[in-house]
Order: sequence, then structure tokens, then C-alpha cells
Amino acid sequence: MVSYMKPAPITKKFFTPGVFVLLLIALNGLGFLLARLLFGIGAVTHLNNQYPWGIWIGVDVAAGVALAAGGFTTAALGHVMHRTHYHDIVRPALLTALLGYTFVALSVSIDIGRWYYIWHPLIMWNGTSALFEVGICVMIYLTVLYIEFLPIVTERFINHVYLKGIFSFLNKPLEKLLILLDKGLSKTMFVFIIAGVVLSTLHQSSLGTLMIIAGPKMHPLWQTPILPLLFLLSAISVGFPMVIFESLIAARSFGLKPEMEILSSLGSIVPPILGVYLAFKIGDMFIRETFVYLYTFSTASVMFTIEVLFGVIIPLRMFLSKAVLRSPLWLFVASSLVIFGVLLNRINNFVTAYTPPYSFGSYFPSFGEISVTVGFISMLVLLYRVIVFNFPVISVFDRHYTPKTKYAIRGSEQ
Amino acid sequence: MEKQNRREFFKLSALIGSAITGLSTKSVKAAPKNILSEDRMGVLVDTTVCVGCRNCEWACKTAHGIETQPLDKYNDRSVFENMRRPDVNALTVVNEYPNPNNALLPMDVKVQCMHCDHPACVSACIVGAFTKNENGAVTWDTKKCIGCRYCMVACPFQVPSFEYDKALNPEIKKCDFCIERTKAGKLPACVDICPVEALTYGSRNDLVKIARERIRRNPDKYFNHIYGENEVGGTSWLYIGNQDLSKGVFPKLGDKPAPGVSEAIQHGIFSYFIPPVSLYALLGGIMWITKNRKNSEEE
Repeated sequence: MVSYMKPAPITKKFFTPGVFVLLLIALNGLGFLLARLLFGIGAVTHLNNQYPWGIWIGVDVAAGVALAAGGFTTAALGHVMHRTHYHDIVRPALLTALLGYTFVALSVSIDIGRWYYIWHPLIMWNGTSALFEVGICVMIYLTVLYIEFLPIVTERFINHVYLKGIFSFLNKPLEKLLILLDKGLSKTMFVFIIAGVVLSTLHQSSLGTLMIIAGPKMHPLWQTPILPLLFLLSAISVGFPMVIFESLIAARSFGLKPEMEILSSLGSIVPPILGVYLAFKIGDMFIRETFVYLYTFSTASVMFTIEVLFGVIIPLRMFLSKAVLRSPLWLFVASSLVIFGVLLNRINNFVTAYTPPYSFGSYFPSFGEISVTVGFISMLVLLYRVIVFNFPVISVFDRHYTPKTKYAIRGSEQ
Repeated sequence: MEKQNRREFFKLSALIGSAITGLSTKSVKAAPKNILSEDRMGVLVDTTVCVGCRNCEWACKTAHGIETQPLDKYNDRSVFENMRRPDVNALTVVNEYPNPNNALLPMDVKVQCMHCDHPACVSACIVGAFTKNENGAVTWDTKKCIGCRYCMVACPFQVPSFEYDKALNPEIKKCDFCIERTKAGKLPACVDICPVEALTYGSRNDLVKIARERIRRNPDKYFNHIYGENEVGGTSWLYIGNQDLSKGVFPKLGDKPAPGVSEAIQHGIFSYFIPPVSLYALLGGIMWITKNRKNSEEE
């Protein structure tokens, strides 16, 4: 018997023990966030004049942007190259990117001293600043992501607008508006999809340009003029592993069968990309002869080795194995390693590598900083859950299968 | 229907392309011009003259409305036991270092913003809150600053400081070269008060000549290097001393301006928006071709 997959809201019990744990972590983070807003950055973080940037920039912003790369890589694969085979994973990847960037924007806002001036870059331009470029691109890309998500909203609400009481007169105009929006969007969506990919390549690479201006303050193992290229390549290579990772977790959490057919073929695209990244990373190391720093035992050399060995080389070898691609567990492990590698790379670039000329001890994040970071991640996961429970994001077995649906593809039966 | 779509595709692509190129000319103009006047001012710090009285610290605080102890408390030399850095409450500080030639005559070095000729902070600031003024001063504009602290990441001398304990309107604090005083024809507060004339205020070009002359006349007294003459493309504040100041006192820096590489990359990626627009066109082309191929497969 042939069955078909179609995106639909998840119908499961929302509150599980895991959800309560996430709520607690999120509340703890919100507490420290409140303290930051009331008493200033110094009250919550270990930042000082020597170490102006910590994990809120290194993890929440830099790693956050990189790990949300699944959005533009799957959009490029599914929509630009029209590999419709992958359509089932485009929506969850889009949602992850959307939430990821939303939290990146939130993290930036709380890390800057004057959060209420976050809009300043929109009218006060500085073309020489890499940060300005990142800021503007992220703002536009976030808007594009919301536009890309709109069809999912219209799909959910067309024929489902039932406002009650005094608002009931709005039902018809709203319905018309949704239909109009849907039609307009389906005609113009390609503009936003391409724009999304272009904007992503721009700011993913510019994020790498950020630390170049720190010059000799950054450890030579990471400080290189090709940092923008390395950032772009690592972002592209973490895109699909991130999609695999969350797809497997979602399948587990929502009791669905993992879409191994799609995930394995996604996994088979990873090695060439990861390989190119590794080639540039190692090539750069030999051209600048920075491998000499690896001979000495230091935080920098250990972190660099862990990053390249466990974050790139081992998962690269794993993704080349057919047995790994076929097994959900091993695929999960390999994807997690790539994610770990990119996360560690961003932490290394922004925190480990940064050595100010006058140092009074090194920086280690405070409990408050870590609380806010993991709190934001918990909120992101919770919001993801709320949205997939209410909107057609994740593909499930379609009971009312009708041929010729827009996004239907062959899938395995539940 | 299909033809219609294709025509719309081209129309929209052209529209967006022109919109982006329109933006580009604007952003090129918006880039801050680096005013480097021939008459820009500077200060020559002769560390062999400085006696470490720290009157400059007092004068600086007084001139900038920072709370301070009375001047006579400043002769306490125990503060030299630990190295200090400029802070939100002290835009300049004096540190003491051992003198390899004469243990009884330690070297005292006043530090503050160097007022680079090609400042990393001006290049890095996301909103362009920093300005290199015509008189050489690098100043900060509270009306623009968003408090991102990228200037602190960028500064090769690790000078800007941030009011971490303020929840509202925290400021970036650093030496402003007493721009209000110099505009009114007065000397910078620290230069004005210095009792031994360790600080000389004047045109930077003249100061370089004076420094060279002093080293030439007293080759035994001075280490033959003017720190700041060429470091990161040159700074308004210049230092001479009895030892190599790039060893331990100041960071050892190259002669290239700090923002050079990142600006080159930035302008490379965005040269007249050609790379992003080409990428857009390329992706559009791929999208159109693959779509047609898919459609013909379906038919």
C-alpha cells in the first residue's frame, strides 16, 4: 500500500516532563535577563574592558546564525535547484532558521548596552564596518524568513477564520486578505527565496570578517584573512547536519517514523561540503604555517585540535560510510559532531582566540551568562513545539490523500 | 500562463537588481571620509622626563567632570605596584616600569587613547559613532552609540572602556584629546598641568621632528624608536623612552593601519554590489532552468 506525507499540525500531548524541564530552564534564563535589564551588563556577566565580548556573542549570535544555516541551504536545494524530493524537510528547516534568527536578534539586543537603540544601524550607516553589514543583512533576512513562513500561516487559516462575538464581522475581510496574500506570495515567493540565499551567504561570511579587525589580539590559529570564506563554508556544511539532527529529534519526540530516505540522501551531500571546508582550513594552516602553535600544549592548541578532529574529520569519515547513512542513530551522532564542531569553532573564534594585550586573568562565562544562553535555547525549542502543534510544518502521513497535492512526495508508511 | 510567469520573473528580477544597485551608490557615499589634515595635532610623551607625579590623572578627571581625590593625594606611589589601564573613571593612567639602565630611575608611562591616524574604532563602529577629527582627535558620539562594544574588540591598544554597571545609557569612555578645550584655544588638560613638560602638544609632523632630534642628540639616553610614528599607520600620540616601548609597555604592532585587511575584504565582497547581484542573478538562472526541466519532465 502506498501512502503519502503532507505537512500538518502535530496532534499529541503538549506537556511532557521534558517540556516542564525546558520551562524551568527558560524561566531561570528570564530571571537573569531581567537582572541584566535592571542592573546592567556588568551585574550579570563576567565581561570587562579587556574582554568586551563573551558567549552571548560567541554562542547566541555567531553560533546561532551558523546553526540556522539549515534554512538557506535547504531552500537552495529544494526551491532553487528544485529537488522536490526534499520538500518535506524545507518547512521544518525554515521554522528552525526563523526561530534561530529571531533569538539571534534578541541576543544581540540584550548584549548591546543600549538595547533600545537596536534600530540605529538602519539609519546610521557605516559602510566600512563588518558588523554593520552583518546587522543589516540579518535584519533583512529575518524579514525575508517571516515572509517565507507566511504561506504556512495562510494555509493554516484559509477557510478556518472563525472569530467570535464583536470581531465576527472581520471574518470575511480577513479571509479575503489571506487569499489575496496567498496568491500574491505564491507568485513572488521566488524573489524572497533567492534573496534569502544571497543574504545568507553575505552575512554568514561577514560574520567571519568581524574578528579580522582585532588583528594580533586574535590567536594566529584562527586569525586569517580567509576567515569569511571559512565561516561561509562551515555554515553551509552545518546546514544539512542540523536539519538531520532536528528531524531525528522531532521524529522521536512526536512519535513519527524518521524519514530516513530523505535524511540519508541529505547526509550523502555532507562529505563534499565538509571536505572543502576541511581542505581550506588545513590548507590555510599550512600556508600561514600556524601548525607550529599545535606543538605546544595550550588552551588554544587543544581547542583547535578538538574542533578539527571531532568537529570535522571524524564526522566527515562517518558521513562517507553507507552504514552510517542508513542508521538513524549513527546519522544522529555524525550530525551532532558537525554541529558540535561549528559551535566550538564559533566559540573559539570569538572567545578562545581573543587575547587582549593587557590581560588581568582570562574570561570564563558567568552563571548568569550561561543561564541566559541556555534559557534562550529552551525558549526556542518550546516555541518550535508550540508552532508545530498549531501549524502545518512537519510532514505526517496524510489520511485524506488526494493526488496532485502541492508538496506530496512518496514516503514510508507509519 | 507559464510564459506570463517567466515575464514576471524577469521584470521582478530587474526591479530588484536596480533597487540594490541604487542602494550601493548611496552606501559608498555614506562611508566616512578619513580626514587626515597635514596640520593635525599630537602629543609627544618623553617618558625619560616624566616623574610619575600623576597630576595629569587629576587634571583629566577634573576636565571631564569625573569625581576625584584632591590633587595632593596623588603623590601616593603605591598605586604603581599594579599595572592599571584607562577606565570609565580614569581616561588616562600612569604606570611605572623598571629601567634596565638605572634601577633607581624607573620609567613612568602615561597611557590614554593614542588617537590613531587610521583608527580601528572609526572603521569598526556599526553606526559610525566615532570620528577622526581634523585636529587629530578621535571622538565618540553618544547620540549614535548602541553600546555593542565592537570598538573595544577592534582597538589595537585596548583603550575604549564601557560602563558595564549602567542599565540605561551606558557610555563608551576614552580620552577625547580635550577637544572642547583645544577648540577654545586651550591646551589639553594633561599637557597643561604637567610640571616637568614631559608632554609636548603640537603639530604631529613637528613632533616627529622634535622626537628625532632628541634621540639624535642623546643616543645613549634614548632607545632609537618613536612609538606611534608608524605603528598601525601612525598615531597622534608619540612616545620616546629609554627602552623599547613595544616590549611590555605597548603591544608590538605592525605599520599597516588596523582596519586595512577587514576593509579590503568588506569592499571586495561589496564592490558596487556586483558580487551579491551576480549571485542573485546566478541563483535566479539556476532556479528558472531547473524549474523548466522539472516541468518538462512532468509533461
